[in-house]
Amino acid sequence: MNLSFAITSLEQGLAFGIMALGVFISFRILDFADLTVDGSLPLGAAVSARLLVAGVNPFYSLAAAVVAGGMAGAITGFLNTKLKIAPLLSGILTMTSLYSINLRVMGRPNIPLIGKDTIFSFIRDLGVPYPWNNLLLLILVIVVVKFLLDAFLNTQIGFALRATGDNPQMIRSMGISTNSMKMLGLIISNALVALSGALVGQYQGFADVNMGVGTIVAGLASVIIGEVVIGEKSIMIATIGVIIGSILYRFSISIALNLGLAASDLKLLTAVIVIVFLSTPRIKKALR
Amino acid sequence: MLKVKNLEKIFYKGTPNENVAINKIDLTVNEGDFITIVGSNGAGKSTLLNSIAGVFPVDNGNIFLDDEDITAKTEYKCAQKIGRVFQNPLAGTSPEMTIEENLSLAISKSNNLSLKWGLSKHKREIMQKHLEKIDLGLEKRLTTKVKLLSGGQRQALTLLMATVANPRLLLLDEHTAALDPATAIKIKNLTAELVNSNNITTLMITHNMEDAIKMGNRLIMMDGGQIIYDIQGEEKENLTIEKLLKMFEIKHGGKFNNDRMLLSV
Ligand SMILES: Nc1ncnc2c1ncn2[C@@H]1O[C@H](COP(=O)(O)OP(=O)(O)OP(=O)(O)O)[C@@H](O)[C@H]1O
Ligand SMILES: [Mg+2]
Repeated sequence: MNLSFAITSLEQGLAFGIMALGVFISFRILDFADLTVDGSLPLGAAVSARLLVAGVNPFYSLAAAVVAGGMAGAITGFLNTKLKIAPLLSGILTMTSLYSINLRVMGRPNIPLIGKDTIFSFIRDLGVPYPWNNLLLLILVIVVVKFLLDAFLNTQIGFALRATGDNPQMIRSMGISTNSMKMLGLIISNALVALSGALVGQYQGFADVNMGVGTIVAGLASVIIGEVVIGEKSIMIATIGVIIGSILYRFSISIALNLGLAASDLKLLTAVIVIVFLSTPRIKKALR
Repeated sequence: MLKVKNLEKIFYKGTPNENVAINKIDLTVNEGDFITIVGSNGAGKSTLLNSIAGVFPVDNGNIFLDDEDITAKTEYKCAQKIGRVFQNPLAGTSPEMTIEENLSLAISKSNNLSLKWGLSKHKREIMQKHLEKIDLGLEKRLTTKVKLLSGGQRQALTLLMATVANPRLLLLDEHTAALDPATAIKIKNLTAELVNSNNITTLMITHNMEDAIKMGNRLIMMDGGQIIYDIQGEEKENLTIEKLLKMFEIKHGGKFNNDRMLLSV
């Protein structure tokens, strides 16, 4: 693996790391298996790409993606908490609807962003040399997101959110609505996933209606790799773990490709990675 | 302060399995009452407490807390004024969160949640003081995850969390039944201490006749979804287990049947 390959993996790990933080919120904090993300990632890319084509400031386009993602999360939350549809199915329903919505947003299945102003062209034009331009920007974004998230999870509302996934009975006994907390968690989670989608779209230079396939598994892989490698002693450590997990995941994908694996086999590989990491604690126990 | 009027709760209403769990109960609880509740299995004790706590909608009647009609309020809304401790020591705390994070939620309970920090120096001082009172050494373990505590320690913490925000009403449903005898005694003493020092109006279900007689100022016996005795004052002070069992047999027309209760007599 040469250097540029490594840099690409690192950049992808960071860009998708924000998505992984979103998955961490739904899966780990809320204990809600939310499949919306397969739709909210391309939603973020679609919204941002459409706005970029219209000449909107790329940073504003990120903000718009965040709002759109939050709305997607709210819909899943509504299906689950108000209409009492099971979590898994709520996510699948939103995800499926988003496929059509994303096509509407883009007006076609693919929007190329070559030659358009993006946040990456912005930093390049500032004169930051390769490879630091993309890396610095992505690191900056993910560090800000991580610290905001850590801070939020240590507020009173953050505590309530964490306890909701851990013991909903306790949260109700504390006079807090578990439904509101689920809604809030899903909004934040999908807002982050859409932000990640917008970043990925601008980074790779196009938005595609199919770019979300397998997002949830990749996110899960990152979360779980992070837990195994870094641990989850505190929120701060767990979120570092998620980001490291995302980077390691993208590296393993690159290595697999380098070893000659076909791109079409990647989904299978990802699933196997998740299975291996999910089962390690159990295998370790069995061996003891 | 708590008024239950003509309360009715029927499970599986309109089906062959229809089950009248609460059969037209009237109950007035006075400010500062500490009521123990006994009754055979399936008498409706838990259902009564669950109805008051808003766990499920009732089929008839009304519940007033401080003259406010809380009959239709959902569980979390009721919980803003009501503290609860369950039989399961795992039910009342968040295992993955630390002692101080759990307590922080309980202390914030009376306020609205906000984006203020969950923990602060001031809050920690309050926690220290409360934890010192329960005397289990937990004040030195604020940052320990609750899942690492023993069942008794968790139940003590739950009890503290249920009372720390000075609820108007405390509901205890066999909250010492899952603990070993020595730990159960500790938790019972702690219960009496917390309830008395804060003067919290309390309803406590117990399967232990001795406790039911010893603790509190009033004893309620339930059977078949009804309150069959409501004993207080001198009458309660002179009560014995034998008397209580005899009273039950008179009304019920048969032997008292509560597996756990007979074991603990
Ligand atoms: N959630 C529920 N769904 C259906 N039936 C219920 C439910 N909860 C209680 N019941 C029924 O209502 C009746 C009263 O039950 P409850 O749990 O109130 O009894 P209890 O007095 O608490 O008994 P125990 O001493 O065994 O705890 C029982 O016949 C029980 O089967
Ligand atoms: Mg019961």
